Amino acid sequence: MKEYTNTGSKDTRSGFGEALLELGKQNPDVVALCADLTGSMKMDAFAKAFPERFFQVGIAEANMMSIAAGMTIGGKIPFTGTFANFSTGRVYDQIRQSIAYSEKNVKICASHAGVTLGEDGATHQILEDIGLMKMLPGMTVINTCDFNQTKAATLAIAKHIGPVYLRFGRPKVPNFTPADSEFEIGKAILLNEGTDVSIFATGHLVWKALEAGKILEKNGIHAEIINIHTIKPLDCEAILASVSKTGCVVTAEEHMMNGGLGDSIAQLLIRENPLPMEMIAVNDQFGQSGKPEELLVKYGLEAANIVKAVQKVMSRKK
Amino acid sequence: MPSTTELLKISTQVRRDIIRMTHGAASGHPGGSLGCADFLTTLYFGIMKPDPKNFTMDGTGEDLFFLSNGHLSPVWYSVLGRYGYFDFHELGTFRMLNTRLQGHPSVHEKLPGIRMASGSLGQGLSVSNGAALSKKLNQDLHHVFCLMGDGELQEGQNWEAAMFAAAHKVDNLIAIVDENGKQIDGPVEKVIDMGDLKAKFEAFGWLVIRMNGNDIADIREKMLLARVARGKGKPVMVLMKTIMGFGVDFMQDNHEWHGVAPNDEQTVKALAQLEETLGDY
Repeated sequence: MKEYTNTGSKDTRSGFGEALLELGKQNPDVVALCADLTGSMKMDAFAKAFPERFFQVGIAEANMMSIAAGMTIGGKIPFTGTFANFSTGRVYDQIRQSIAYSEKNVKICASHAGVTLGEDGATHQILEDIGLMKMLPGMTVINTCDFNQTKAATLAIAKHIGPVYLRFGRPKVPNFTPADSEFEIGKAILLNEGTDVSIFATGHLVWKALEAGKILEKNGIHAEIINIHTIKPLDCEAILASVSKTGCVVTAEEHMMNGGLGDSIAQLLIRENPLPMEMIAVNDQFGQSGKPEELLVKYGLEAANIVKAVQKVMSRKK
Repeated sequence: MPSTTELLKISTQVRRDIIRMTHGAASGHPGGSLGCADFLTTLYFGIMKPDPKNFTMDGTGEDLFFLSNGHLSPVWYSVLGRYGYFDFHELGTFRMLNTRLQGHPSVHEKLPGIRMASGSLGQGLSVSNGAALSKKLNQDLHHVFCLMGDGELQEGQNWEAAMFAAAHKVDNLIAIVDENGKQIDGPVEKVIDMGDLKAKFEAFGWLVIRMNGNDIADIREKMLLARVARGKGKPVMVLMKTIMGFGVDFMQDNHEWHGVAPNDEQTVKALAQLEETLGDY
């Protein structure tokens, strides 16, 4: 099992904030919009350095999305910032008509996704956002796993032409991907080679998958662990290559089972190579208040749950 | 600028196009389209005068127009076609399978002249704010125009956009509300009374101008006035009184013509009232 070291836990949103500031220096067309969450989104550094390119929209997310769409006319590259719930569900129609259908180059950057938002509870803990966004034709959907990857992804989406949904989170989580590595949209990252099972994880659950891999290794199970940071477009080639070797699959994500990464992979496998599959995700329920780590346990999103799912899926192998 | 008589000639042909397009498609929205024919004709041919042959999505160096109430697509398509964005004979494909002239405007089909999809109401003023800010950042001194319906103002997002425009001093933005007083379920004042729109927008920090949208001379005068208001730190709102269905006697001032196409007999009757000034498509 390949070793991954936590170089110091950090929040993914800070990776976004650092990269946004860098983008401001690199590209005069990058503009940022925020709906009264500048501090939480870590957009203050950009706002301070480039006040003429930072637009405080106030608590009006629908307006923010449509303004961003309009700003692309004239060549701007708008980055919108608010929580995942207010970046998707609240403004779905604005994104659908003015951004996705109108093919606008807007980068929808969403923090505080999933149950790890914690104490604020279900009103703020969206678990449906990946599903909502991936259903839109032409939308790229990315869910990053740590600080370094969020920073790299933020830099990368500025160069991509087309609408992007970039999802990250609130809590400090282990930072283990290499610093300053280039982020390739749509290219899965093989973290550990294995032969017994393929574990496809995204976002905060990638580290949990690595922890599960260590436990499995001790039990003589060699798990292949792959970081699917881009849910759309899905790296079908990497996924099919892995499963043809391992013969069974576990997916892991901090999202609703309906509409999530597992759902995308299941659709692919049912068409190309039907195999035993288990999904670690929230199954048709809302979150609740609590500490992030308590909620991950409560909703079955821990390394231990991945281990159990692997044991179950391997028993189903023919 | 073309004379008022010349503009009237064009808007009369635009009205014929609207009747023939909605009749041909057996669907679409003739009422509001007829009401705004004089305005949109004057805006393109007399005020904005954009370059139709070198259309770019960015629209740098020219005035931009956004149609927020996208169901007025018949009048917009006709004006775009007659202005030269595309061969006006394409108007005959309105709402047909594989057409570039979708029921509501889209950019997906790449029809020159259109920069934003609309149809789901209440988004155009926000979009126009964005495009206007982009122009300011680019030091492009042109204007952004946005046409909206009065019933459409019931969508809350418009008021978010109105607040934003004033707070950010988006003074290169000129919004026009088509005050025909009609919406699908009946008179606006019966559905949701909008009260005093002038007082509302002034309270929101806008400069408000009133205009008669079925009087080309008044449109010319007031739109030029709206234009010179630029640079005073306030967005400009033009409250434009129109008569829904204007130009066709049996359609005039009747909300039932919001989204119903004329049948064969009604089409003959309507076209008899509208002279073919520039040749039908």
